[in-house]
Amino acid sequence: MKDLRWRAILIAVVMLVAIVYLLPSLNASLPAWWKETLPNDKIHLGLDLQGGMHLVLEVQADEAVRTTAERLVDELKETLRTERIPFRTVQRTKDWDIRVELADGTAVGSLKTLIEKDFPILDWVAATTEQDGATVVCRISDKEAAHIRDLAVRQALETIRNRIDQFGVSEPDIRPQGEDRILVQLPGVKDPQRAIDLIGKTALLEFKLVAEGVDPDAKSLPPGVKAYPMKRFDPNTGRTFETRIALKDRTLMTGEYITNANVRIDTQYNTPYVALEFDPQGARLFERITGEHVKERLAIVLDGVVYSAPVIQEKIGGGRASITGSFTMEEARDLAIVLRAGALPAPVKILEERTVGPSLGADSIRQGFLSMVVGSVLILLFMMVYYRVSGVIANVALVLNVVLIMAALAAFKATLTLPGIAGIILTIGMAVDANVLIFERIREELRLGKTPRAAVDAGFGRATLTILDANITTLIAAVVLFQFGTGPVKGFAVTLSIGIVASLFTAIIVSRLIFDYLLVKRRVRSISI
Amino acid sequence: MQIIKPDININFVGMRFKAITLSVAVILLGLAALVWRGGLNLGVDFAGGTLVQVKFEQSTTPEQIRDALKDLGIGRSAIQQVGAREDNEFLVRADVKSTETQNVGQAVQEHLDKAYGEGKASIRRVEMVGPKVGRDLRQKALLAIYYALLFIALYISGRFELKWGTSGIMAAGLLVGVYLLRLIGMPTTYLIVGALLLTLVLCWVLRLPYALAAVLALIHDVLITLGAFALTNKEFSLTIVAALLTIVGYSLNDTIIVFDRIRENLRASRREDFKGLVNRSINQTLSRTILTSGTTLLVIVCLFVLGGTVIHDFAFALLIGVVVGTYSSIFVASPLLILYEDWAAEGRAKRRRTARA
Repeated sequence: MKDLRWRAILIAVVMLVAIVYLLPSLNASLPAWWKETLPNDKIHLGLDLQGGMHLVLEVQADEAVRTTAERLVDELKETLRTERIPFRTVQRTKDWDIRVELADGTAVGSLKTLIEKDFPILDWVAATTEQDGATVVCRISDKEAAHIRDLAVRQALETIRNRIDQFGVSEPDIRPQGEDRILVQLPGVKDPQRAIDLIGKTALLEFKLVAEGVDPDAKSLPPGVKAYPMKRFDPNTGRTFETRIALKDRTLMTGEYITNANVRIDTQYNTPYVALEFDPQGARLFERITGEHVKERLAIVLDGVVYSAPVIQEKIGGGRASITGSFTMEEARDLAIVLRAGALPAPVKILEERTVGPSLGADSIRQGFLSMVVGSVLILLFMMVYYRVSGVIANVALVLNVVLIMAALAAFKATLTLPGIAGIILTIGMAVDANVLIFERIREELRLGKTPRAAVDAGFGRATLTILDANITTLIAAVVLFQFGTGPVKGFAVTLSIGIVASLFTAIIVSRLIFDYLLVKRRVRSISI
Repeated sequence: MQIIKPDININFVGMRFKAITLSVAVILLGLAALVWRGGLNLGVDFAGGTLVQVKFEQSTTPEQIRDALKDLGIGRSAIQQVGAREDNEFLVRADVKSTETQNVGQAVQEHLDKAYGEGKASIRRVEMVGPKVGRDLRQKALLAIYYALLFIALYISGRFELKWGTSGIMAAGLLVGVYLLRLIGMPTTYLIVGALLLTLVLCWVLRLPYALAAVLALIHDVLITLGAFALTNKEFSLTIVAALLTIVGYSLNDTIIVFDRIRENLRASRREDFKGLVNRSINQTLSRTILTSGTTLLVIVCLFVLGGTVIHDFAFALLIGVVVGTYSSIFVASPLLILYEDWAAEGRAKRRRTARA
């Protein structure tokens, strides 16, 4: 008797906890005291149900190492000049190898000391001395290269996170994946192209001088000059067209000093532009550059495209600059976001993209739940017709089972996906298995002439072990799937595992309790089965 | 109410040779389709590429869509209608990829807008998987299959005979074997086949007939489901792998229950002819087998019919798997047990004869 009461209490407690976890998902308007003290997490819907975008990006981290090598080339040239070591060329050759051609073969020794002292991240690879000079090859050491790569990935992650935060997506999920990948999940994004533009833009802002008098379309350009595409805007026609412009190679300044970027409206043409603010160091640098190059044209280059190349009228102090061009309001706003959030240290590549439109997500939810409801009703009817009162007991267990699965999803903060709904549906079909096993056994025992009480005892007793065993194989499959699956499949593994465990509880403990209650407390003489 | 009468006695065991012939024929048919098609029709998950689901305002044909998209250079593209006819919904499978600047969805949308007019076609789903991720997902799927089979094989090898010591030996043998196979750099696909063969050999050597029969039945179910996918040329994706593993678990569930009854009956009457006993056990559990398969099928059919385009193939795999799994636990697993028993009895008789002589 006592045993019966304890089991009843256990079940009551489990169901109460389940309902507490489930309520926030069912009812949005819970009292304030609930929200403060009790669980308030709704069941989280996967991207395939609520619509949204899933991206896997690869950071081209090697590019960051190459960029570092380029910078070292510039620094090395500078140092060689100040140290008065005569050289012919310094250039990056393969990946992050740097080749120095010295004019004087005897200078190899002093170059070696210099590199060991001032450029510890470079490995000395080889030196060959010829009659009229020497060639030295250095390389960024493997350890340093790995460090740069690692840093690039972490910076890229941080930058992308900043950009998305400012873009305004609710509950974005951005996390590193493996060595050089970033997983981005944006629920409810309506314009995937815009999101990709925002995330994928390297946003490397450079200031370079225009090489005056050089034809950008000429077959051979003078050394130190390169042709760039340029976007031009005709305020009269309101159209954009692309031309080319020749710029000097040397980058005078980059966007790394930007502290703020905002959209402003040009009162003259009523077009938006982006106003930049630099930090004090950047402001000093900008002042010096503009001071040194008055009356020259300074090009503003973003990711290799020239946006404008105004003539410097006078020295610009105060650390402000602006990017004008042909922007729509939206483009200007996004450009301001990427400039504020900073440049990516290396370009990113889209390895995987999955976008589900909100309408398809809604359809999936509707169709998923429709199949679930129709399937459940059919099962409930069947059990009632086939096993009568016992069937109703099994149905109670089945309904509790679904409540438990939903509650567990909310409690574990698991994600419900479309295959996840399929998992629940499958569990509903399989959960009655336990009760069918028990009931068939009870019928057999009754046919052998046992009393209802003994038949129920034997039925549960003999079937329990079999039920446990039979479910373990499916559970093994589900757990392995959880381990190796991605997104939707993981959702399936979760609901299937939870469903199996919940069905064991409801079929073995809950329905047993109801039988015991009827047979012991109510002294029912015969079972309707 | 009762569908299966308690005194039912169908001679399943008598049909064993016919059943095995049928199974072998179906498996061969599936394998032939597999060879003829040159392997499974891998979805974008595994093969890489792009899948775009588009809904049109007016009715259109795959040819018209192909025409509208031909500038995209979509290569060998497959366009098929999905869902109800009046929904005008199509799946376009193409080789194009997203780049840093332009995503496939946008490109397809622009081309369709040009051909059909603004707002006449809406993109509902885009799945683009690059070759690198495709390779990773393939590897992940194979590892999932491999580990699921490994753990299940270990579990049932110990479970049926309740000889966990033997299972330990089996586990050790399997792990060492697989380690050696890995050492010689065997790809995961062959690793799975190797592990399965090793399991069968170990079951044989260690005299675990129940486990042997169960694993064979499991291979039977998976082969037939794969064959069904080859025959219908449906796309094989990550969710189908999930369905496949679920089938493995489910099919064993049925087999375990029949085998449990066989062993229970064996304990009760040692005298009975083994064939008769197996047949009696199948008949005793028949009601349960039919009922649970029935309820499971019922919900899967609901999912198949009402679940929508995204989940359709998943439901299809489950549908095939549950039917085949039920069939195999009655017609394949138990007869295999009898075959083994016959062989073992013959061996015993032979030994007795040689001992006498």
